[in-house]
Amino acid sequence: MIVKLGAVVSDVGARVVNRVWRLGFASRFFWTMLGHSGTALRRFPLTLREIYFAGVLSLIIILVSGLFVGMVLGLQGYDTLARYGSAEALGVLVALSLVRELGPVVAALLFASRAGSAITAEIGLMKATEQLDAMEMMAVDPVARVVAPRFWGGVLSMPLLAALFSAMGIFGGYLVGVVLIGVDAGSFWSQMQSAVDFREDVVNGVIKSVVFGVAVTWIAVFEGYDAPPTAEGVSGATTRTVVTASLAVLALDFVLTALMFRGT
Amino acid sequence: MSSTIRGFASFARPRVPSENVVEVDNVSFAYDARPVLSGISLVIPRARVIAIMGGSGCGKTTLLRLIGGALRPTSGEVRVFGEAVSDMSQDELYVLRRRMGMLFQFGALFTDMSTFDNVAFQMREHTTLPEPLIRDLVMMKLHAVGLRGAAHLMPSELSGGMARRVALARAIALDPSLMMYDEPFAGLDPISLSVIGQLIRRLNDALGATSIVVTHDVMESLKIVDYIYFISDGRIIARGTPDEIRASSMPFVHQFVHGEMDGPVAFHYPARDYRDDLLAGAVQ
Repeated sequence: MIVKLGAVVSDVGARVVNRVWRLGFASRFFWTMLGHSGTALRRFPLTLREIYFAGVLSLIIILVSGLFVGMVLGLQGYDTLARYGSAEALGVLVALSLVRELGPVVAALLFASRAGSAITAEIGLMKATEQLDAMEMMAVDPVARVVAPRFWGGVLSMPLLAALFSAMGIFGGYLVGVVLIGVDAGSFWSQMQSAVDFREDVVNGVIKSVVFGVAVTWIAVFEGYDAPPTAEGVSGATTRTVVTASLAVLALDFVLTALMFRGT
Repeated sequence: MSSTIRGFASFARPRVPSENVVEVDNVSFAYDARPVLSGISLVIPRARVIAIMGGSGCGKTTLLRLIGGALRPTSGEVRVFGEAVSDMSQDELYVLRRRMGMLFQFGALFTDMSTFDNVAFQMREHTTLPEPLIRDLVMMKLHAVGLRGAAHLMPSELSGGMARRVALARAIALDPSLMMYDEPFAGLDPISLSVIGQLIRRLNDALGATSIVVTHDVMESLKIVDYIYFISDGRIIARGTPDEIRASSMPFVHQFVHGEMDGPVAFHYPARDYRDDLLAGAVQ
């Protein structure tokens, strides 16, 4: 009985130590990656290529999701606002929810599952097929040549995708609210214009999406680089990327929102 | 050290200088607590093709990684071009590796680049040569392995043997002085196998390079190499020229060269008595 308990305790202990160790390794990896970012920024076409793969190819899912989220917001928002006789405020509701919250968060969640998983799988498979070793033997640093461009590509894509998500969402809200239901177009746009503050809302939303971009891409490249070089290892790493990155986005969102929108 | 050099005297051709490109001096290596190599010493003289043979998992590839500086020995010293690899910083290692070429077991071609870009990779990373010159050089390398016509293909469109040849062209892109081959014959059909074998020998002589071939393919490698080291259980247990190896009466070498099923390397994984094992099932 005591032996069994001891085994359980030591198992839990080993898991905790393992997690902490991995976190430390991930942090060191982060700084190494930043230190080796010279190539990615100097030879910008390398990063540009990754922006294409992570950003441009994610456009369809981001735009379509944005449109639908905006349309749903329009329906639900109108239903609630109409009860208080303030249906003209629909524009404000749609724009604020998207710019402050839904744009950065949902775009980051989609980005984690669309681009993050692809980055992890690609780096993991490059490792499993010895491509990273080969690069190392050719005196080319794989962190500088493979990892850093993917990281910066993701970080630069994320705010742009979030902005497009919000823009598409607002258009969706307009379609449902104004075109379908018949809210007055003038008040829809003018109330939105006066209520949405550039610094307080738009810039804060952009800051959020940059933070999410760093978190998601960091997790994705680290999981790929750290994946055991087997089919099982890469599949496990890909799953972990999506789960960890999604949770990180939601947790960071809470912290950032608490810091940003305290008094208002 | 001197004893290993003497070991070469028996086959050294007089006109070849006896300078060693690689010297492995009493090297041991362990992954965590599991010893892989224990007290290995060997020398690789200039302009030779040397084979390192042994069964799967005997530490051949580990030895190659130690020479390339990807791993550091637990004890002992590896010297390449007279410099100790184990003491080198990352930057010094990278300088050293520009003089090395390595062919990985399954080629390890970059799957997101065409054949052409794979071969051009090192030239673009390490030199400032103008693109037209790089194109000519790449075509020359691909021509040497007979795949000039495949320059535009992606790695996924190549057969196993072709991929290995492209990887070979990529490895010799910067005319290395030391070539390392990790299982170059694994998984190839007989034609590709003999093509790769001939290429290893011919490129070595044409480039004036030195080659280390890690392999368990006896027939093909005995045809092309100058000298062979046999590794088993992390130690060098036999060495000699191809003729000496063929004629060897040492039980392990004999079993290995002739591919016999049972011998010093047992067919059965250690287990309890066969009869007891079967009876144990019957009781239940």
